[in-house]
Amino acid sequence: MSLLDAIRLALTQIRVQKLKSFFTLLGVTIGVMFLIAVVSIVNGMSRYVEVDFAQKFLGVNTFTLRRYPDFSNGNVTSETWREWQRRPQITVEDAEAVREALPQGTHWAINDMTWGSPVSQYRNGGPQSLVAAVSADYFVIKNLAVDRGRVFTEQEEMVGAPVVVIGKETAETYFPNLDPLGRELRLEGLPFRVIGVLEKQGSTFGMSMDRQVIGPFHSALKRVTKSRRGLYGVLVQGSSVPIEQEAEESAREVMRRRHHLRPSQPDDFFFESSESALSGWQSIKKVLVVGGVVLPAIGLVVGAIVIMNIMLVAVADRTREIGIRKALGAKRRDILAQFLVEAATLSLFGAILGIALGFGLAAAIKAWTPLPSSVALWSIGVSCVLGAGVGIIAGIYPASRAARLDPILALRSE
Amino acid sequence: MSLTEQELALSTTAERQAVTGLPGAVPSQDWVIVTRGITRNYDMGGEVVHALRGVELAVRRNEYVAIMGPSGSGKSTLMNLIGCLDTPTAGEYWLNGVLVSRMADDELARIRNREIGFVFQTFNLLPRASALHNVELPLVYAGVASAERRARAKEALERVQLADRMDHRPNELSGGQRQRVAIARALVNRPAILLADEPTGNLDSTTSEEIMRVFEELSRSGQTVIMVTHEPDIASHARRVVVLRDGRISSDEPRERFVASLAARA
Repeated sequence: MSLLDAIRLALTQIRVQKLKSFFTLLGVTIGVMFLIAVVSIVNGMSRYVEVDFAQKFLGVNTFTLRRYPDFSNGNVTSETWREWQRRPQITVEDAEAVREALPQGTHWAINDMTWGSPVSQYRNGGPQSLVAAVSADYFVIKNLAVDRGRVFTEQEEMVGAPVVVIGKETAETYFPNLDPLGRELRLEGLPFRVIGVLEKQGSTFGMSMDRQVIGPFHSALKRVTKSRRGLYGVLVQGSSVPIEQEAEESAREVMRRRHHLRPSQPDDFFFESSESALSGWQSIKKVLVVGGVVLPAIGLVVGAIVIMNIMLVAVADRTREIGIRKALGAKRRDILAQFLVEAATLSLFGAILGIALGFGLAAAIKAWTPLPSSVALWSIGVSCVLGAGVGIIAGIYPASRAARLDPILALRSE
Repeated sequence: MSLTEQELALSTTAERQAVTGLPGAVPSQDWVIVTRGITRNYDMGGEVVHALRGVELAVRRNEYVAIMGPSGSGKSTLMNLIGCLDTPTAGEYWLNGVLVSRMADDELARIRNREIGFVFQTFNLLPRASALHNVELPLVYAGVASAERRARAKEALERVQLADRMDHRPNELSGGQRQRVAIARALVNRPAILLADEPTGNLDSTTSEEIMRVFEELSRSGQTVIMVTHEPDIASHARRVVVLRDGRISSDEPRERFVASLAARA
């Protein structure tokens, strides 16, 4: 009997017993559905973190010189934490010394951040905004473009012009139905003139990137961000990975010298980059992927057990049919193939249904929860292979029982 | 040297061996079935049951033989052996020039597929398949391509006058029609023997006659037919009647003598 005949036979069998077949493949369907959904979510988060977060928030080929990491995996011992707190602050002088030492092809920017509550003539109060006092190259490094108006120039930064570039949401909140350009926004009583509105940025980890106020570092804004108590960080971007690394080495040398560190002493500062921030994520991702495989695997095992039982019942129900087929010349392997293909086809159907439902679940999660999700193509392939594989494994025992039946006894059965 | 049907039926083992050959020898082309002292024992929980105690049977091509016997005579066992569903405990069984008594399962399956056409008392059609698909089944296991399968199955159904019932399922057919579908299925692979087990056991007398006419025609067209039955009326349609008793052949005679002895007993 050819494979095609066996598949055709299996399809007929499934069609004849629709409801029974449906319940049979439920386990596999659910297993595959969760596999697809979990992998989609992990995949979505992974893209989100690695592309959106790492590149938007931290920048490409960029490191931030900081006192200690801002994005860590959370497993910081209190000892480490205390050590971090003893470290010297990063000062404006440090930032400038680093700039002096940078190689060609780099951008440099002071980035001092805090949370603040802007006030305008039209609106007092509202959600806190990210307030950043930065150097002019900040916009280049963060790849920030304005929707309206302009960003401030290096000259404006040098002289400390009281101007700000604001996020889209900030503009809408503080200047409802108005053109914010040229209007005044106050921070801790200090007036700033809006000269630009950023393009829509979206949000990262539920934090709106459209709620921010960016002004020149040398303006009064640095009083808002309390720069004298140390900078949030110094951003350095290389035009390529080697230049970034070279810049990091130069910055390290400068900082160690400035902090009078002996060769045996470790760094008392930190270079935060997308890689360092993502190291925590990578370990989380491993756990998620393992979870995403183990949980559906339980579903698949249950599915396999169900299929095995149903196939055993089918073999018992169809003993006479098996006898007839054997009498007419079916060899052991024909019977074996018939039941294996039937189990595999059934299970594959379950997998396909599960893939469809998994897609649906992934889409629903994306629509109704803040979790991102994106279906990974490989998970579809894996699901199909798993589906057919589960069927074959579950079918082996029932099929071999069917194949070993004595035709005389089988023909006599009712 | 060849014996007539009558002479064959009357011959002794020694005489038969003279024409069909001694144990171990390949029978000549004429012989479709040659059994040499086949026995079949069953182990029933430590007790050995001797279902067949040395059966010597030789059937020539194009014969129409009925095997009769009361229940427990071993006729079902003999039928299973002739049909290659089982192998003998001892003895030789040559089918169409091939020694099948020592074959393994899958080889037997192949022989059943090519050389034997079964017709059962309970028809044994697949209930969910159409008549055409039922008839195609042996060809599926013979590895015949689907288009040819269909054509040959149609042809076989035409032979039993069921061309117009091809797409019907067994439960949409009468008993006689079902048995004709089974006959078409038995013939579709052009087997060496048509082996019928109580083919009229589930049919009324009119339909039984109809099936007997089909067998008669098949026999006349050159098909070897072996029919196992316990009904003398049905057996007397065959041209030769073999009677089994206690696992041995008790009589093997042409129809005329069988009918005559039936009449004498009655």
